[in-house]
Amino acid sequence: MRSALPIATVVVVIFAIWTAAVVPMNIHLTADLAGRQDIAVTPETPRERQEVGAISLALQNTSIWGMTYTLDRPNLPSPHQVAAELYKSVFTVAPTSRRSLIYHAWVTLSATLLGFLIGAAAGILLAVGIVYNRTMDKAVMPWAITSQTIPILALAPMVIVMLGSIGVQGLLPKAIISAYLSFFPVVVGMVKGLRSPDHMQLDLLHTYNASGPQAFWKLRLPGSMPYLFASLKIGISASLVGAIVGELPTGARAGFGARMLVGDQYGQPILTWAALFGAAITAALLVAAISLIERKTLGRMGMRMAA
Amino acid sequence: MTAPVISASSLDLTFQTNDGPVHALSDVNLDIGKGDFVSFIGPSGCGKTTFLRCIAGLETQTGGTLSVNGMSPDAARRARAYGYVFQAAGLYPWRTLEGNIRLPLEIMGFSEDEKKARVKRVLELVELAGFEKKFPWQLSGGMQQRASIARALAFDAEILLMDEPFGALDEIVRDHLNEQLLALWARTGKTIAFVTHSITEAVYLSTKIVVMSPRPGRITDVIESPLPKERPLDIRDDPTFIDIAHRVREGLRLGHADD
Repeated sequence: MRSALPIATVVVVIFAIWTAAVVPMNIHLTADLAGRQDIAVTPETPRERQEVGAISLALQNTSIWGMTYTLDRPNLPSPHQVAAELYKSVFTVAPTSRRSLIYHAWVTLSATLLGFLIGAAAGILLAVGIVYNRTMDKAVMPWAITSQTIPILALAPMVIVMLGSIGVQGLLPKAIISAYLSFFPVVVGMVKGLRSPDHMQLDLLHTYNASGPQAFWKLRLPGSMPYLFASLKIGISASLVGAIVGELPTGARAGFGARMLVGDQYGQPILTWAALFGAAITAALLVAAISLIERKTLGRMGMRMAA
Repeated sequence: MTAPVISASSLDLTFQTNDGPVHALSDVNLDIGKGDFVSFIGPSGCGKTTFLRCIAGLETQTGGTLSVNGMSPDAARRARAYGYVFQAAGLYPWRTLEGNIRLPLEIMGFSEDEKKARVKRVLELVELAGFEKKFPWQLSGGMQQRASIARALAFDAEILLMDEPFGALDEIVRDHLNEQLLALWARTGKTIAFVTHSITEAVYLSTKIVVMSPRPGRITDVIESPLPKERPLDIRDDPTFIDIAHRVREGLRLGHADD
């Protein structure tokens, strides 16, 4: 709990910056609206206001600052607008409704989890191959690294379209994009983890005349656990990003990605921001869940956590 | 005279490194009898650890012959003829003390009852009974090293190979462990090969002291200790003890004279 205060400080600062930014970001829209409602603004015409920068316009019209926080379609929604939208779309509509963020969260989450399982399993298997097979050691790692240099935004539509053309639709294409993003940290972490036992440890097993599988199950695998969990935490958040990106290019009708797209296309930034926060909260919960499993597992293994 | 447990003749070992060949062992001749406590002492690079690793089958000689229990070192390793104690305790942090000592027993496929009985017995042997459920980080360095000795004893190999097991411990702990090791040796009758940097430790523990010198690693003196088997710590003030220590020191100096 010692970390509560620093975290709270950072959160407060972020919200303060955000709140302060709402005024200049929305001031032009607000001034236009105020002009239509016969509230005095300077300069008077929209054309003249276009010439004025956001901050100086805001300074000239301090009386309409309050209105910048309540626009229906703001450039930058205020924190309380996003919170209200989150509350409305989470708690006031049935979770099965299309207007419920829970519904969209589940659509994205199911792809994320499936993709994460595929990615983590592939990552672990590849790592075992790399550690035990010289050819794979030389051959796989460069490709794994190369795979991550391709922008996922370029690749995702190709995956969706190609799989769609052979009749694979829905969950699986998104999960594959998730897996594509999440296998990499797992490979890197597991290779390091499986190689973490030192020479002495391996010599010791050699003096027992232990077999290869025994060395794997009794030394390398348990030794790799701290590394595995560190990479799983990165992997699961990458998975969520993958699932959202997978929803963007094809105009998916459900999921966080779809929700963001809808907000964008219909000029409803509050919707986009609510989806964004929904995704961030989901990611935080996923990472927290992995942390919990990590704590339990390493605790049972008698290992003290670093933090 | 029974056949020696470990026998080396004209043993040679050259490592091929990027900086050219390194002559680690040259013309090593040595017999170790059953129940002997043999110490290897010498400066860094004299090949004492390398010789121990050869006996363990962790290195293979490039010349000469070496037999352990009448077999090749590798065959002896596969027959689990020895327990090896490294300089660091090397306990698995994710296993309790009991779990660590079970490790070789699991690998060698002992029955569950047998595992339990053996863990109990060796923990008593190293005076760690009652610490079964502790994890390594809950123990002091000396206790960890005792646990690693218990681990090496658990499967009842007749030979114990120890590579500077107390090198990282402070002198008070080391004295205590030396005493315990002698008691353990007296009770079990194991053959022990022990690598050390300490003249006092070598003379105090051993029935036979092998003095080695570097470049190339070779034996310069072998001293049969006339000290009795029963050795209280204050035997180190005995004139005989001091004589032997002096001879060891001379041997070490001689090895250095020609470089």
